[in-house]
Amino acid sequence: MGKQPAAIIGVGQTHHRAKREDVSMAGLCREAIDRALIDANLTLDDIDAIVVGKAPDLFEGVMMPELFLAEALGAAGKPLLRVHTAGSVGGSTAIVASSLVQAGVHKRVLTVAYEKQSESNAMWALSVPLPFNMPVHAGAGGYFAPHVRSYIRRSQAPTHVGAIVAAKDRNNALKNPYAHLHNEGTTVESVLASQMLWDPIRYDETCPSSDGACALVIVDEDTAKSSPNPAWIHGTVMRSEATTAAERDQVNPQAGRDAAAALWKQAGITSPIDEIDAAEIYVPFSWFEPMWLENLGFAAEGEGWRLTEAGETAMTGRIPVNCSGGVLSSNPIGASGMLRFGEAALQVRGAAGEHQVDGARKALGHAYGGGSQFFAMWVVGADKPSN
Amino acid sequence: MSRTLSAPVTVAFDYTRSTGPVVGRFLSGLRDGVVVGGRTSTGQVVVPPLEFDPVTHEATTEFVEVSSVGTVTSWTWVPEPVKDQPFDRPFAFALVTLDGADVPLLHALDVASPAEVTTGMRVRVRWAAERVGHINDIACFEPLAPGETEASAPAAAGDEPVTGVVTRVSLDYQYAASPEESLFYRGLNEGRIMGQRCPTCQKVYVPPRSACPSDGTPTVEEVELSQTGTITTFCVVNVPFLGQKITPPYVSAYVLLDGADIAVLHLILGVPADEVRMGMRVKAVWKPEDEWAYSLENIDHFAPTGEPDADFDTYKHHL
Repeated sequence: MGKQPAAIIGVGQTHHRAKREDVSMAGLCREAIDRALIDANLTLDDIDAIVVGKAPDLFEGVMMPELFLAEALGAAGKPLLRVHTAGSVGGSTAIVASSLVQAGVHKRVLTVAYEKQSESNAMWALSVPLPFNMPVHAGAGGYFAPHVRSYIRRSQAPTHVGAIVAAKDRNNALKNPYAHLHNEGTTVESVLASQMLWDPIRYDETCPSSDGACALVIVDEDTAKSSPNPAWIHGTVMRSEATTAAERDQVNPQAGRDAAAALWKQAGITSPIDEIDAAEIYVPFSWFEPMWLENLGFAAEGEGWRLTEAGETAMTGRIPVNCSGGVLSSNPIGASGMLRFGEAALQVRGAAGEHQVDGARKALGHAYGGGSQFFAMWVVGADKPSN
Repeated sequence: MSRTLSAPVTVAFDYTRSTGPVVGRFLSGLRDGVVVGGRTSTGQVVVPPLEFDPVTHEATTEFVEVSSVGTVTSWTWVPEPVKDQPFDRPFAFALVTLDGADVPLLHALDVASPAEVTTGMRVRVRWAAERVGHINDIACFEPLAPGETEASAPAAAGDEPVTGVVTRVSLDYQYAASPEESLFYRGLNEGRIMGQRCPTCQKVYVPPRSACPSDGTPTVEEVELSQTGTITTFCVVNVPFLGQKITPPYVSAYVLLDGADIAVLHLILGVPADEVRMGMRVKAVWKPEDEWAYSLENIDHFAPTGEPDADFDTYKHHL
C-alpha cells in the first residue's frame, strides 16, 4: 500500500500579540484549535489523534507541557505526540501529523503548535552563559547576523535589500487581521532609519516576540470529500544537519538544499518559480528571504536578492512570499512554522482573505530552526495529487 | 586530577504566567479566603477547576464555593524535605477531598509524625498570613479536632481578579565538559589553544569534539593552534538584554585560527567597531596570567595584528 492522500481542511490561528495575558497556554491553544475545527466542520470528538509542537521548554519554563495540556487539547483517550525541532517545530509537527494520515494509521488528525513568549524572555533563554565559555552569544539575532553579513558579501547584494523585505512583509501584515504587527506606513526608508541591533540587522528587520498558536486539521481522502476546499498535500520533507561541522555552509545550508530538491521531486515540480503560486517562507530576519529563495531553488545562488529587489516577491510578483506578513510580523516561535504551513494551505483553498493571491493553486510552506540545521517544508495544492 | 572538568551553573527565571479565566477564578478565591471549584458536565465539582471539560471539551464556566474542611483520601510521608517544599521539617503530602467537592486536591498536611495521619481523617485549610492569589495562599492543611470548624481567613489583599502569577524556576546543574573540551580548557589555563584533527577528513576542530561532526570518527590527535587568525564574519551587538555579560556595543566575530578548519566565536577589541572587516587579521590578547582559569575567557579578546587583510578566497568556504 502506497502513501494515502491527505488534505488540510481546517486552519485556525490566534490573534498574535506581544502579551496574551487574557489566556493561559491551554486557552491559547484552544483558541487556534476551536477555529480550525469550525473551519473543518468537525469537533474534538471526531479527532483520532493529536500532535502538538512548541519550541524549547525554557521559553515558558514548563517541562513537557504536553502532560498538563493533554486534557485541554482533547487528547484524553487518544494518542498525543509532542514534536520538537527548535524554530522549525511548527512545520515538522504538521509533517508528523500528516504522516499519520498518509500512513493510513489515522483518518482525522489535529495538530497544534504554540508559544507564549510573554511568560519568559527568549533572548535570555537562548543566551544562558555556560561555564568555561566566552559569553558573546546574543540570542537568535546575534547568532544569525554574522551569516547575513556573509550572504551580503558573497552575493554582493545592495545593502537595502533587507529593508525591502521588511517593508513588504509589514505592509502585507496590514491585510492579515491575525498578525501581531500592524505598523502602518512602513517604508524602505523607515526600515533603514530604524536602530541597528545586531549590525547588519536593524530593529525593523527583526521579528517581534509574540504569543500565539496555530492549529490544522489534516484528514484522509474520504473525510476530505466533505470539505468544499481541501488543501491537498503534494509533498513533505524534513532534513537536519550538524550545527558545527567544519566548513558548513551557514548561508546556503546543504540540508535545506537537499530538502528542497526532494520536495520538488515529490511534488512533481520542475520549475519552482513558475509552478508555485505563493510561498510562506520562514524569514525571522529580513535577509533570510533572499537567502532562502536561493536555498529553495527559486533563484540561482547569489541571485535571490534580485527577485526581492525587482518586487517579484510582492503579492503581485512572480513568486509572492509571505503575503500573511510572515514571521517578521508575527513570531510565536513554536507556532511560526505551522503558520507558514497553514497560510500556504489557506492560499490554495482560496481562503486567505485580503492577502489571497488570485488563483493560487500550489503553495509552499517552509520552516527552519536551530542554527539553520533543521528544515521542514511542504507543498500543498488545490488539486488532489496524481502521484 | 579528574579526566574531565565540571562547574556549577544555575538557570533561573521568574516566569510570568497568565492564568486565564478559570485558574484565575480559583486563585482570586484563594486570595479572598474561599476555595472555588468548577462543575463539570457530569456534575462533579473539581478543585482546582479544570480549564476545559474532559467530556464536552467546553471551557468551564460554572464555579462552586466549597468548604475549606475536608477528608484525607490518601497520603504519603515526606521524611526528608528538600529545598522549596512546603516545610523544612517532615510532613505529609495529602489528597484532600473538600466538603462539597468530588475529587481531591493535593497539598501539604502539617503533622509531626506519620502516626498522626490516617486516611479518612478530617482536616482544614490553614490560610497563609498574607494571601496574594497563589496556591500557597493555602499554607497547608491541619488536623481538625472534634468540634472545630473552618479556620478563619484574614482579610483579602486586593479586589481585582487574579490574571497572572510569577513562578520562579531555578535549576542547579553541574555542567560537565567532555574529555576533549577539558583538554581545550586545560590548554587555555596554560596559555595554549588546543584542537584535535579528525583522522578521516583531516579537519582540525577547535574546541575539539569527541567525534568529528561530519563523519563521526573519534578524534584523538592533538594539535596546538596558532594564536593568530582571520575574522571570517561578525556582527556588532548593539542590543542590551537580560543576563548579558559584556556591555554593548561589542563585536562578536568568528575567528578562524591559522591551522584550524572551524572558526571560534569571540570578542574583537582594539579597533573601533565600525572598522572591523571580514578578512581582518587578529591575534589573541590574553588576560594577566594570575587571572587565568579553565576558560575561553582567559583570552580577553582578539585584536588586529596590523597585517594586510586575508584574501576572500582564503576563507569564503568558512562562511
